[in-house]
Amino acid sequence: MPAIKPSSALIIEHGRADRHYWQDLWRYRELFQVLAWRDISVRYKQTVIGAAWAVIRPVLTMVVFTVVFGKLARLPSDGGAPYSLMVFAAMLPWSFFSTAVSDAANSVVGNANLISKVYFPRLIVPTSAVVVALIDFLIGLAILAVLMIWFQVSPGWSILLLPAFMVIAAAASLGAGLWVASLNVKYRDFRHITPFVIQLGLYISPVGFSSSLVPEQWRLLYSLNPMVGVIDGFRWSLLGSDRPLDLQGLAVGTLVAFLILWRGVTRFRATEKRFADLV
Amino acid sequence: MAAAITVEELSKCYLLGHRSKEVDAGTSFRDVIEGGARTLISRTADLIRGRQIVQGDEVEQFWALRDVSFELQFGEIIGIIGRNGAGKSTLLKILSRITEPDRGRAILRGRVASLLEVGTGFHPELTGRENIYLNGAILGMTRAEIKRKFDEIVDFAEVERFLDTPVKRYSSGMYVRLAFAVAAHLEPEILIVDEVLAVGDTEFQKKCLGKMSEVAGGGRTVLFVSHNLTAIEALCPRSLYLADGKVVADAASAKVIELYLKRGRELSNEIHSRSHPIDSGLHLERTKVQASQIHSGEALEFEFQFFANTSGRLRECAVLLYAERGVRVALADLREQEVVPYRFEAGRFHLRVKIASLPLVEGELMLGLHIATDERRSDLLDLAHVDILAPKLSEGFPKYAPEYRGYWVLDAAANIVEVSGENSVRIHQRT
Repeated sequence: MPAIKPSSALIIEHGRADRHYWQDLWRYRELFQVLAWRDISVRYKQTVIGAAWAVIRPVLTMVVFTVVFGKLARLPSDGGAPYSLMVFAAMLPWSFFSTAVSDAANSVVGNANLISKVYFPRLIVPTSAVVVALIDFLIGLAILAVLMIWFQVSPGWSILLLPAFMVIAAAASLGAGLWVASLNVKYRDFRHITPFVIQLGLYISPVGFSSSLVPEQWRLLYSLNPMVGVIDGFRWSLLGSDRPLDLQGLAVGTLVAFLILWRGVTRFRATEKRFADLV
Repeated sequence: MAAAITVEELSKCYLLGHRSKEVDAGTSFRDVIEGGARTLISRTADLIRGRQIVQGDEVEQFWALRDVSFELQFGEIIGIIGRNGAGKSTLLKILSRITEPDRGRAILRGRVASLLEVGTGFHPELTGRENIYLNGAILGMTRAEIKRKFDEIVDFAEVERFLDTPVKRYSSGMYVRLAFAVAAHLEPEILIVDEVLAVGDTEFQKKCLGKMSEVAGGGRTVLFVSHNLTAIEALCPRSLYLADGKVVADAASAKVIELYLKRGRELSNEIHSRSHPIDSGLHLERTKVQASQIHSGEALEFEFQFFANTSGRLRECAVLLYAERGVRVALADLREQEVVPYRFEAGRFHLRVKIASLPLVEGELMLGLHIATDERRSDLLDLAHVDILAPKLSEGFPKYAPEYRGYWVLDAAANIVEVSGENSVRIHQRT
């Protein structure tokens, strides 16, 4: 065998890992792909109906919300769209957000054996959890398309802005997921707190009802929840409601989403060095 | 030319929490509630202030590694020995970048691959084929590299027929073979290996050792941690002996091993109450041995105390008995007693084992535990030491030296020995 020439020198020192972090993240992109692929392929293995679960969950929630809020409480729908469609358009980003946050939050602890045995930028793990949630979201989007054909609702040009709202949702969920993930490693209390908070969020966010129900003077405060802007945006861009988009609220929500992302990343980066000692 | 690995005063400190006496003494229900409330308040305060939370209310610094320095030339192979908790794993973890040092630094020149466990990241639901790609990527191979070596890996592991079967249906032998096969085909310039040869059947172990020396002979720089001193001696010309986080000796393997064995004998039988993590929810809290020394042929009783945070399952469990050079003397597979698989609930549970008779040649015997839970498979070594003394009743003639007699005492009464010859007569010894 020919003599091996050293390709690079790696220096390990306290606080040194920071310097090549983003470069490392790029170098480990294949691992990122493989981990995301693993999570996707494992997700529905050994379930009888497989990926159909990604369809059943949002559809059932939609039915329940439509009956409770639309039929029993007789809340008004947004514009002319059927109530169930309005609920489903909100369920899409919401279930993406909730799955992404809770999976990302548990991802570091769930991959403890990986983290304590191999080096890679830890950011890969929660990010891949968010990507997996994105796959469920795409399945949901296909169902929505079917529903829209069924109800004969056609979107206008505004559908082109849908990816922008998705980016906001992704930023918020990745940020929150990273934040909780780093806390979860140290304090397992968050395993109990997260599902509870997400459950609350479902009712605080305008998923089962239209955000127009919120009184005008509270709207700006309400918009601090980034999912309000995202859900309104989804309804607006998909169902072409005649109600104009609340741009001020959207701006506030977007700002908050990216603040959460920034805080989540910095918090995660600050604590990830000790993950292997703590998990 | 600069060295392949330069380690300078590498140190790593952990914070350990203890519970002070006062809290422990709380006996009444009220005391317990009060103590609990106090802990809750102080922890919440710590949480808010962003301080690290540790169990108990007294904090102690523990140096897992302290001022470790050494240099390794290109192509050099070094063995690292030391008892459990000596800092071997911490050193490897720092060099593998899993955890950061608190002080000092290490410079590694070349592509590093570390193998702290075989089958890291293997997913039971995925097939053998999928796991090869997954594990390869985790160990740092590119997709193209894995594709190129795929057939070689499959050949080495001897699992062609089961490539598309989920690995949870593999036998443990097949699982380990596949896991090692992936790892064996890494082509790094610096290889960091921790105790991977401990598992698998003999034939495969031989194959692994062969592969290891092939890797070592290929001009690679290798750091090798093992409890198996024979393997260390065979593979590594030089060894590093760590104790309490410090380098005790760094010299030719034979010399270092001799020192290590001598030191080991000097350390008396302490109760091993160090907690060993088994998986994320299960710990081995302590190991108790009935007697620190027994006579050859007597029974040996011991007890393992586990603590589980959540319920779970012991899929496999075996007691490992090995001699001072890491040579396995015997294994008690608890599946045979139908003790395992064992389902446990959160809380404490005890495993008591009595081995009816240990007809061993006098010397030191070490206890270990091989455990497989649903989450992972691990070997806990150096849990307790037992001195085997010569049998109480000994026959009139002088025995050969213990090292000369091997490990096992044959039952003389049960052996049939005959001698015959034309003109020979047996000499009766006068007593």
